[in-house]
Amino acid sequence: MKKIEKAKLNDLLARLAEASTLYLPVRKGGKVNFAKWTKDEEYCADELKTVKSAKDVFFPQSENIVSFKRESSKITILPKELPTDRTVIFGVRACDAKSFDILDSVFMSEPADSFYTARRNSAVIITTACSTPEETCFCGVFGIDPANPGADIQTWFVGEELFWEALSEKGKALTEELSDMLSDADEKEVEDEKSRISEITKQLPLNGLSLENFGGDKTNELFDAAQWEKLSQSCIGCGTCTFVCPTCQCYDIRDYDTGNDIRRYRCWDSCMYSDFTMCAHGTNRPTQLQRFRQRFMHKLVYFPANNNGEFSCVGCGRCVSSCPISMNIAKVIKSFGGDNK
Amino acid sequence: MQKTAGLIKKRVLELLADGTVTKVLGWKEGDFIYDVTPASFLSAQEADGLVYSSFCGANLSKYLISECKALTEGKILALLKPCDTYSFNQLLTEHRIDRDKVYVIGVGCKGMLDIEKIKAMGIKGITKVIDNGKELDIKTIYGSKTCKREDALLEKCLCCKSKNFKAFDEIIDPEPETKEEKADRFAKVSELEAMTAEERYAFWQEQLSKCIRCNACRNVCPACSCMKCVFDNPVSGVSSKANTDSFEEKMFHIIRAFHVAGRCTDCGECSRVCPQNIPLHLLNRKFIKDINELYGEYQAGEEVGSRAPLADFTFDDAEPSVVNERGNS
Amino acid sequence: MQVSENTENKEFKPLIVAFCCNWCSYAGADLAGTSRLSYPAEVKIIRVPCSCRVNPMFILKAFEKGADGVIMCGCHPGDCHYSTGNYYARRRMTLLFSMLDYLGIDRARTRVEWVSAAEGQKFSLVMNDFAKTVTELGENIKLGDLRCKKQQD
Repeated sequence: MKKIEKAKLNDLLARLAEASTLYLPVRKGGKVNFAKWTKDEEYCADELKTVKSAKDVFFPQSENIVSFKRESSKITILPKELPTDRTVIFGVRACDAKSFDILDSVFMSEPADSFYTARRNSAVIITTACSTPEETCFCGVFGIDPANPGADIQTWFVGEELFWEALSEKGKALTEELSDMLSDADEKEVEDEKSRISEITKQLPLNGLSLENFGGDKTNELFDAAQWEKLSQSCIGCGTCTFVCPTCQCYDIRDYDTGNDIRRYRCWDSCMYSDFTMCAHGTNRPTQLQRFRQRFMHKLVYFPANNNGEFSCVGCGRCVSSCPISMNIAKVIKSFGGDNK
Repeated sequence: MQKTAGLIKKRVLELLADGTVTKVLGWKEGDFIYDVTPASFLSAQEADGLVYSSFCGANLSKYLISECKALTEGKILALLKPCDTYSFNQLLTEHRIDRDKVYVIGVGCKGMLDIEKIKAMGIKGITKVIDNGKELDIKTIYGSKTCKREDALLEKCLCCKSKNFKAFDEIIDPEPETKEEKADRFAKVSELEAMTAEERYAFWQEQLSKCIRCNACRNVCPACSCMKCVFDNPVSGVSSKANTDSFEEKMFHIIRAFHVAGRCTDCGECSRVCPQNIPLHLLNRKFIKDINELYGEYQAGEEVGSRAPLADFTFDDAEPSVVNERGNS
Repeated sequence: MQVSENTENKEFKPLIVAFCCNWCSYAGADLAGTSRLSYPAEVKIIRVPCSCRVNPMFILKAFEKGADGVIMCGCHPGDCHYSTGNYYARRRMTLLFSMLDYLGIDRARTRVEWVSAAEGQKFSLVMNDFAKTVTELGENIKLGDLRCKKQQD
């Protein structure tokens, strides 16, 4: 275990930004999101949850994947080069760190997504323990421990110091690079902080949710359940929940004519949208009830069915706080008898 | 508020029992005090979950479009706050809802609260908010906190249009608000107008670049009631599910605001729901301010049947060059 | 559709899109031509049935694809072929231009002029003047899609 004084943190960030592209939570226009760090930006260490999750770094909201150019009768296809620069993401919370594992099982299983894989392989993830979990958090339901956030390197803010523990080979290599800035520390120094976080986690109102009624084998029981109608009745069909979600991974591929060439880009899509997976015959989910059900069935039933029982939710609670009508996965779980309070 | 809530519940049960209405459109309580969800209630048993609190900011009038279409018999009861009745009237003007199918109960309002504002004060882990009228008692997992009620009001409530109901079948407002002081809703617009073009550009660039194209502002808007939005139509040439270039967010937000210009009642839902807190109401209010200044004072939804300024003209309207003549920047 | 084809060499020549109504302004442009009055070659005319046909999105779309200035021409108020089309267009454009100005986009990049079928000379003058104004403003970088700029990756 290592440590560094909080006051010297900016120097550390500057060093990281020299050798790699550094992403961390910064405030822009009043809201905190992960963005590329430059010396003028302030690292918002106290912000528990960014509006959008950290998945942008590996799976950007929109990216060009290939372009086509025509000169007289010749058509040239120009694939976009794969990103290879080392990326460091700092200040990732336990829930977002876990979400990368879920995204990995989607994008890195065969056939692997080359853009995602390239970014993922060249990234070092540094997590930070959640010193102030909020009422919307329920990561404990999915077995996530905010006191030990994991990933390549995990850190804790205690008093005026940041404690640093490298976990993976990548993390150890990066720690070695920074060894002149980090000093040795004793693991006992973070014990109090860990147990304090665990105590708070126990009191979180949504952490008692039970998932026993969900899982890969529950399709038949849940698909036609009466609850969906009431749950979805006031859904306005926006994409807020899917776009702030760290595990939503659906995308669309479209072409854009710039006048000089054609850019093929992919962008996030939302199963809440009326034109999601639109085909020649129209849409296969014409009602909002079907779209709403799709989102939650995917997270709590279909995904575990295909991924050894793993749910595709990490309990970050972003949808709980940002849904315009305050409908969210916690209410869905409760209405199917998952309230264990 | 508590008193109003009690009276509403009592009256709703009466109207359901005597068959005046077959369905009730209201707000359902959530896990915490602040996360109420718009919901419909079909029976006295269901209506048990009906709440009316300081967090019922959601405007229910847009739901009436689909509710009216689906309703086969009886009437639907809609609980509308004074500002919601403007949207209701505007929807009537545009023939989107059927007045005969709706029983409107106007519910008194003292201004609704914005949980985001409370959280922005640094109050974390909120599990309960008790509204004392002047102060808020906030219970959190980190202990109790208090804050002034007026500091936590929704943006739309800071410049409340009116406490009068523009449409109703009956009113439940045991403690009507008497004080009529309100902030100038165009203050921020004027402030922006007074800036230089470069400053304005920087302001909007910063705000609009946060947009994640979730479409919440559009979908929640009672004036955005097209069957198919141009931005959802792949053959329109402008549909895009995410911004690839900063042009697209400008395009989307200019057109969104333009499509509701003259029809926007300034209900403030767009800004309330924006997950990135983009001050979208400032775009709508710019159009309202321009309309008021150039074509005469107009408040959409003030009365049913009024002619929208953009569907109207006079022979001596200002020329578009008026834009160059106003201001100096 | 492609409207960007310059910017490569030295002197800046703006791209201007002119929406002209079929009945007055387009005929005015025609008259300018038959009268051998010149107007800049950078002005690309798009003929529309009536100035009222011009959707605010058309204006933005022109900027997206690389226009540096957009001008809309229609019949003089009172002379609309469809009686009142240009009155509606006038309100729309006033509000749209005001909004663009509010977003910090140079207001001189947009203009509305009423040009009748008999005003070939006015058409030529207006276009020359507008091109001069836009040339002075330089390239439009605030309201365009960067992907449509030629040099981009």
